[in-house]
Amino acid sequence: MSAERVAVVGVGQTEHRAVRADVSMVGLVREAAKRALADAEMTWTDIDAVVIGKAPDMFEGVVMPELFLADALGAAGKPMLRVHTAGSVGGSTAIVAAGLVQSGVHERVLTVAFEKQSESDAMWALTVPTPFQAPLVAGAGGYFAPLIRAYMQRAGAPADIGMMVAVKDRLNAIRNPYAHLKLPDIDMQMVEESPMLWEPLRYLETCPSSDGACAMVLASERVADAASRPPAWVQGTAWRSEPTLFARRDQVNPQAGLDCAADVYRQAGITNPREDFDCAEVYVPFSWYEPMWLENLGFAAPGEGWKLTQSGATAFDGDIPWNPSGGVLSSNPIGASGMLRFAEAANQVRGAAGEHQVEGARRALGHAYGGGSQFFAMWVVGADKP
Amino acid sequence: MADEVLVEHHILEYPGGYTRTVGPVIGRYLTGLRDGRLIAVRLGDGRVMIPPAEYDPVTGEDAGASDADFLEVGPGGTVTTWTWISEPRPKHPLDHPFAFALIQPDGADTAIVHVVDAGTENAMHTGMRVVPKWRDERVGDTLDIEAWVPEGTGGASAAKPATSTEPVTTMSSPVKLEYDIGAGVAATRFLLGLAQRRILGQRTGPGGDVYVPPRGSDPKTGTPTVDEVEVGPRGVVTTFCVVNLPFSPLAPEVPYVCAQILLDGADIALFGLVADMPAADVRQGLRVEAVWADEVGPTLESIKWYRPTGEPDAEYDSYKEYL
Amino acid sequence: MAPTRDVAVVSYASWTSPAELQRNEVEMLMPVVAEAVADSGLPREEIGFTVSGSCDYLIGAPFSFVSALDAVGAWPPIRESHVEMDAAWALYEAWIQIQKGSVDSALVYGFGKASPGDPSEIFTLQLDPYTVGPLWPDTISVAALQARAWMDRTGGTEHDLVEVGARSLRNWAWANGVDLEPDAVDELLAQPTIASPLRPGDVAPDTDGCAAIVLAAGDLAKELAAKRELRPAWITGIDHRIEPQALGFRDLSVSTSTALAALTAGVGDGPVDVAELHTQFSHEELILREALGLEDGANVNPSGGPLQANPPMAAGLIRIGEAAARVMDGEAGRAIAHASSGPCLQQNLVCVLEGEDA
Repeated sequence: MSAERVAVVGVGQTEHRAVRADVSMVGLVREAAKRALADAEMTWTDIDAVVIGKAPDMFEGVVMPELFLADALGAAGKPMLRVHTAGSVGGSTAIVAAGLVQSGVHERVLTVAFEKQSESDAMWALTVPTPFQAPLVAGAGGYFAPLIRAYMQRAGAPADIGMMVAVKDRLNAIRNPYAHLKLPDIDMQMVEESPMLWEPLRYLETCPSSDGACAMVLASERVADAASRPPAWVQGTAWRSEPTLFARRDQVNPQAGLDCAADVYRQAGITNPREDFDCAEVYVPFSWYEPMWLENLGFAAPGEGWKLTQSGATAFDGDIPWNPSGGVLSSNPIGASGMLRFAEAANQVRGAAGEHQVEGARRALGHAYGGGSQFFAMWVVGADKP
Repeated sequence: MADEVLVEHHILEYPGGYTRTVGPVIGRYLTGLRDGRLIAVRLGDGRVMIPPAEYDPVTGEDAGASDADFLEVGPGGTVTTWTWISEPRPKHPLDHPFAFALIQPDGADTAIVHVVDAGTENAMHTGMRVVPKWRDERVGDTLDIEAWVPEGTGGASAAKPATSTEPVTTMSSPVKLEYDIGAGVAATRFLLGLAQRRILGQRTGPGGDVYVPPRGSDPKTGTPTVDEVEVGPRGVVTTFCVVNLPFSPLAPEVPYVCAQILLDGADIALFGLVADMPAADVRQGLRVEAVWADEVGPTLESIKWYRPTGEPDAEYDSYKEYL
Repeated sequence: MAPTRDVAVVSYASWTSPAELQRNEVEMLMPVVAEAVADSGLPREEIGFTVSGSCDYLIGAPFSFVSALDAVGAWPPIRESHVEMDAAWALYEAWIQIQKGSVDSALVYGFGKASPGDPSEIFTLQLDPYTVGPLWPDTISVAALQARAWMDRTGGTEHDLVEVGARSLRNWAWANGVDLEPDAVDELLAQPTIASPLRPGDVAPDTDGCAAIVLAAGDLAKELAAKRELRPAWITGIDHRIEPQALGFRDLSVSTSTALAALTAGVGDGPVDVAELHTQFSHEELILREALGLEDGANVNPSGGPLQANPPMAAGLIRIGEAAARVMDGEAGRAIAHASSGPCLQQNLVCVLEGEDA
């Protein structure tokens, strides 16, 4: 029993901003969805089902907002699903949508992920004080910064690697018209002089809070073969979860990430990620997660990830560009951030990434993670059929 | 098993309420309300929809793309269905008995949700005619209509002129929900232990891992933990960060240190503050002990923070699996 | 193209209480997941996929589904996902993953506690936040608008509504071996309305609870069921549809999305021995019977249904579990289950379960 083939035939995203004051939630999701439909050369009526993803509903204060947004996304009379898997949700949502085609149930599925964080504020929504729960004593950064320190210690990494990632991803964002942060003057000195929020993590080494949405149209082989624009063929999808806390859990190099990568690589026939991929869009919300995930995803041996970053291999002109779009460090509508990784990877292999196109890209990795580094979602997309 | 679990009142409220940007179409509707007018949109098939949407709910196609697509409807309307609320809740718009209703304004093909202030249930019936009672001070919000009232009863008022002419672009959306949250059995045991200056974990089984705070389950297997084990109060800093912003109300000063601490006897590190020493001197492997609050009780705040014990640092190998 | 794999419910466990004040969600869920897994006969580590349904707002904290993983035993790491929907939709997601062919079995669970907060206010936040939310129409008031719309269209009466509630109570008493003398319909009618035309007996009670189901494909399902001398409850049709939410836009007196889903799921292709419907208000059963094309004598909610126990985010999955249980024990040859989400039956899922080999 093997799954039906599925391909990305349309991609759309919003301009991501700290506040998208010009649109309602409705306008925000429709902006991304309409662009994806236009890219797919489809209309609302062509779509069989809609899959929506976002992070906690407390961001907007609307319970299950997909209910009031369903018909805004053309879902009237159709199946609609809402996925929520913390920060990995944008990736998980794409995998659920792909499954609707791979199962043979549908031929054209619209998937949309969004967050309109400016309706409240991200720090509040992510750390709502709750009875009997140990408060995150210092926000999300306070959770992840100690793990970064543990990585630095374990790998013997020089202190400036994180700053290099912060500069590289923001330089990439300048080529991305949709990116939120545009810092044309960014350099190591600017990052170093930015406030040290959670030592060892500086302000410019952390992601922004954005309003934004991302959408894709996923289609069956029959539909994708007939499309006039190049599709991105899904060569593998995988997800893995592990508990937040358990004895002797390796939170720096989590097993769930290792297993997820191994699964998706097996499906896609990837044996040497650094060579087999032309680029990767990986969920890096804090600068140091690039070297950490380089190791977790097998692009470098354990303890060696920072050397790849340091050598420039992951830069736009390196041999394995990571986050040519500017990544999460440049745009972070949390619910959509994972789908943006998946969609940017798809656009690369479609040759549709515009100014941040990696020349000749034929195979790319899309990656998302969430919770306490415990939920992982990945896909491999390629210009060729699996 | 604890006979009584701890329960705490919980208020979920974003301070000041959510700020919603409303976009061009909903904005036009709310601006109309501010101006004392009911604004609808004409859909592609000719139907007149109120409240106007940015799209046709059936087809998903754009609606309201041009000014010509909008029109004023009402002010009179017809009740298409209703429910009588004899005992209003605190969040309801009226504090005396009233009806929630769907009201179809004259000239519209759809209805809006609103309230009818009819005095008694006997005054209500499907198909009845109602008119809006506008507030004098209107801000561009659904509640600019105080209520709808039966036509001809004299309760209606012509809208007084609006105080602003600027288009409405945002609205405030206060959301306050209240809960009584139970700690659960395992967490109650832990918290009651803190009230006695004891840190209680639970073991997954004979020779098994000790979890603190206990969660009632072994997360690796989904089976209950039962054996209670006292751990700490000393332990080792496995890793940490220095926080330079006042995120934590518990922290004595800024900068402060947020650390993962592996208590002696436990198999999992927990988050805690490290104080009573310069932040710059905190290091991985540092031996620390819990500092109890002057007044302890069944709360997490019973441990103020952790301070150095003066013992030699722990070897990296002794805690490296707990990172 | 069409889904080709035979998929069946092979085990089901649930637990409900008017208010679980001792255990938290993880503690409440752990034994129910353990029971469903043990009953399936599959070792926990061999279950291919895990998926759940829950709602953060029930306890007013983000990511409440994350700690629920502690009740599952997600180690080594598992293939897992979560829907912010009733867990009936999690079951649909599991069915898709099995159809895709990547796994042969799945664990589905849902949990929710009504007791910490006030679900009738919490779910008001599902409504359009711009033009409806500011009025804070609680869920009972919103449902009452639909009840009257149904009465106005059909000429039905409050007596008809109350009868649904009374029968639900009788069914519940029978199913649970409880000896009770239900109030006569006239006595129920004498109670004051909460939101006219709805009375207390027309409204599902606040409930805490959870449920878990294990699905398996083809030969695996047959093997597992044979060991326990049960038959698998084959899912021979499943579909779900959503309508525009705007209450003043759609015809509230009918459920077009249920009718559409029933058509795809094939409800009308055979007899219906049992129907478990996610009726959170009495009038919803009357609207759903029509949308599903059920005959007057159809056996609806023999368990008592949500009007007796309605744990949020699990009650829809419980309908599938109850329907499957009737098929597995041979009481029903063909059963249908229904789950609903959103105001006034906005979104509906329909599932057909059959005992004979599909």
